[in-house]
Amino acid sequence: MNAYATTQTTTLLIIGGGPGGYIAAIRAAQLGIATTLIEGEQLGGTCLNIGCIPSKALIHAAEEFEKAVHYSYGSPLGIGVQSPSINLAQTVRWKDGIVARLTGGVAALLKRNGVKVIHGWARIIDGKSVAVMLEGTETLRVNCEHLLLASGSQAVELPGMPFGERVIGSTEALSPASLPQRLVVVGGGYIGLELGIAYRKLGAEVAVVEAQERILPAYDDELCKVVSASLHKMGIALHLGCTVQGMNAAGDAVRIRSSAGTESELAADQVLVAVGRRPRTTGFGLEDLMLDMHGRAVKIDDQCRTSMRNVWAIGDVTGEPMLAHRAMAQGEMVAEIISGKRRHFMPAAIPAVCFTDPELVVVGQTPAEAQAAGLDCITAMFPFAANGRAMTLEAHEGFVRVVARRDNHLIVGWQAVGKAVSELSAAFGQSIELGATLEDIAGTIHAHPTLGEAVQEAAMRALGHALHI
Amino acid sequence: MGIHIIKMPDIGEGIAEVELVAWNVQVGEQVSEDQILADVMTDKATIEIPSPVHGKVLALGGAAGQVMAVGAELIRIEVEGAGNLVAGAAAKTAAVPVAEPAAITAVAAPVAAAKSAAKSAPPINANASAVNTAAARPSGDKPIASPALRRRAWDLGVELQFVPGSGPAGRILPEDLDAYVKRGSAASASGTSGTSYRALHAEQAIPVIGLRRKIAQKMQDTKRRIPHFSYVEEIDVTELEALRSKLNQQWGKERGKLSLLPFLMRAVVLAVRQFPQINARFDDDAGVVTRHAAVHLGIAAQTESGLMVPVVRHAETRDLWSSANEMARLAEAARSGKATREELSGSTITISSLGALGGIVSTPVINHPEVAIIGVNKMVERPMIRHGLVVARKMMNLSSSFDHRVVDGMDAAEFIQTVRGYLECPATLFVE
Repeated sequence: MNAYATTQTTTLLIIGGGPGGYIAAIRAAQLGIATTLIEGEQLGGTCLNIGCIPSKALIHAAEEFEKAVHYSYGSPLGIGVQSPSINLAQTVRWKDGIVARLTGGVAALLKRNGVKVIHGWARIIDGKSVAVMLEGTETLRVNCEHLLLASGSQAVELPGMPFGERVIGSTEALSPASLPQRLVVVGGGYIGLELGIAYRKLGAEVAVVEAQERILPAYDDELCKVVSASLHKMGIALHLGCTVQGMNAAGDAVRIRSSAGTESELAADQVLVAVGRRPRTTGFGLEDLMLDMHGRAVKIDDQCRTSMRNVWAIGDVTGEPMLAHRAMAQGEMVAEIISGKRRHFMPAAIPAVCFTDPELVVVGQTPAEAQAAGLDCITAMFPFAANGRAMTLEAHEGFVRVVARRDNHLIVGWQAVGKAVSELSAAFGQSIELGATLEDIAGTIHAHPTLGEAVQEAAMRALGHALHI
Repeated sequence: MGIHIIKMPDIGEGIAEVELVAWNVQVGEQVSEDQILADVMTDKATIEIPSPVHGKVLALGGAAGQVMAVGAELIRIEVEGAGNLVAGAAAKTAAVPVAEPAAITAVAAPVAAAKSAAKSAPPINANASAVNTAAARPSGDKPIASPALRRRAWDLGVELQFVPGSGPAGRILPEDLDAYVKRGSAASASGTSGTSYRALHAEQAIPVIGLRRKIAQKMQDTKRRIPHFSYVEEIDVTELEALRSKLNQQWGKERGKLSLLPFLMRAVVLAVRQFPQINARFDDDAGVVTRHAAVHLGIAAQTESGLMVPVVRHAETRDLWSSANEMARLAEAARSGKATREELSGSTITISSLGALGGIVSTPVINHPEVAIIGVNKMVERPMIRHGLVVARKMMNLSSSFDHRVVDGMDAAEFIQTVRGYLECPATLFVE
């Protein structure tokens, strides 16, 4: 005990100040639970600092710049500009400003609710106590009744291609000092494509290498086809079915091998490795708890309990789907359970959104998933080409698709691809959580002219009476 | 011609797999309805599976001795007509034409006995659809309800799976939940529908900690280690009660009132001299029984936080009042939580008394590592026959348990009879 400068006691101790951890802390404090949160870096975790938020900021800036460049070649809208330019350093400063405002906001919320925040790196001693390395050599011990693991995830590095000067991960890609002339993106998942598209729009030549025969392996073919066509139009080179062998001897090109076995090199000033993320479960004593694991992730039940009593886990550390909004919902629930409420994590659906150009959104079951689950379903899609608002936005690509049970018309899934469809996730999620049927959506008046009309029309089409197609 | 598939039935004991013991039919054999197809065994019973149909055996689902999952295909029979195998049907929706087990017999009984029992018992309706009670929705379908309603159901402790939904697509509406709660979920199941008694769903998780955990561990350990042998005898305490009343009249004011317990303590002290194997501690890990000359009497006492056993040390040195006073002091110390470790350990034999709550018989649990415990039951006046006449006598049972590994039944019985002798003829208590 003498090794610790001080010992503190709390009811709920949360390791990690990301979306899951900080939401759990706020909710627990609202419910009168003495709560302490430990964070080694900035509050907000991956999401606010090096994930969702900064990437969306960069994507927005890239889109605006690309528009301006587009106008400089003349525009059907009649807009003309003279050779636009971008000051990347200022773009990054603007993005950092947004991040700072949001993380500052989280700190203020935690403070206002009475959460004790400790800045330092946690090391788990046992299921009821954690040591915190404060600045310098000082160490603090915190004892708790409930321990909540919200340590998140980290980017996976490729063996033989460690992150370094030329090889970077998404974190570095979000704060570029300068724009590489040629960027090779390893990984055709949503992180690689979102950033690859942004870099392309900023002016880089972009090539994407993906080991599988298709991009976005998590989404179905019909959706991906629309994105693939758009990538092609943007001039992003796709190398599908290709595995990365490493850098060449000179270190200025990526060696790849196709599924046919032919090897080639892709010249690269910068290589972005975006091959996935893995739960952060090592290096801070978590393994000593000997919790039951599910692969690399901490195994949890439908109340986010781990195999150790009063040790809870939420968010990315518990594995897929690694989504901030899932972590937030779990964090809120755990706080309520600890306060004595009966809760279960049983959402009807967790939306997944992909901010490529065009955007993708998937809520609930896809047609293939519904079939695999043994459901007899109707599927109907409504193309944005038949939607007036889409036309006025020059966004006629893509569609909305609905999946519903044939017997009672209960909607089990929504998918959409197209410009700004991420905002439709709210409507999709609500209809599924509330148990809406096709008739419910078809019978709801959707405002004209909006992209949302495509949602209503998809439901009508499933019922056999679409009006605009 | 169609194919009828019989699946391994759910025996209804919450088990997931059963052992296929023997086949009574072969591939190619003609079977008739009710003919026994196979014997299967759970960890509790051997069960015969009768055929629900006439037909020819096409295939057997497993070999004798194989452990099969409940729901796995047991046998295929070719039948006249359609059968129950629909081409291309999802496994999920296929009918489950499983015969109910015709007879369940304890596994200890020979299988032949089970068979004869089965033959006389008519097979229960083989039609599976009749088994399906009116569930709110097909099993496997998730209940459909808004997040707000789900939350309310959790708060109420209601499983939405059992709430019928009246909304579109079977959606559970707020009124459906209200109606379900008002009616009580048990109503449909237990036939109490129509009463105004509310079903209660509250649960309270109470952690087993502290003294309670100690007690739980000790009880578990004791019952696991010690094969208990219990013995009950009735004692005529009429004479003893007369003596006690006399002593209390004469000495009560000066020395304190005596309960029956000090007399029993004295009787035990005297009896163990003849039965030293009873006043002993058995270290079963070391395989050594230590017999004690001293009699350290544990007296089980109920305290607010649970059972405690304070120890009257060297009971052989104490007279009635000394025993009584020491017991009172220890009981108070235990209740107020002030008893020392020494006062709560080291007993060589234990007496457990529930006083007026003593009941007729109890099965006391030995205070490990001791080898005997004597439980005192309630004293009541009962009609007894003495010299051919029915007379009222004060009777009291002693329920005792012994560690049968080191105490033989004979010795235990003789020991209790000796105690009885002392108690029924109280003068002998005072003869050294």
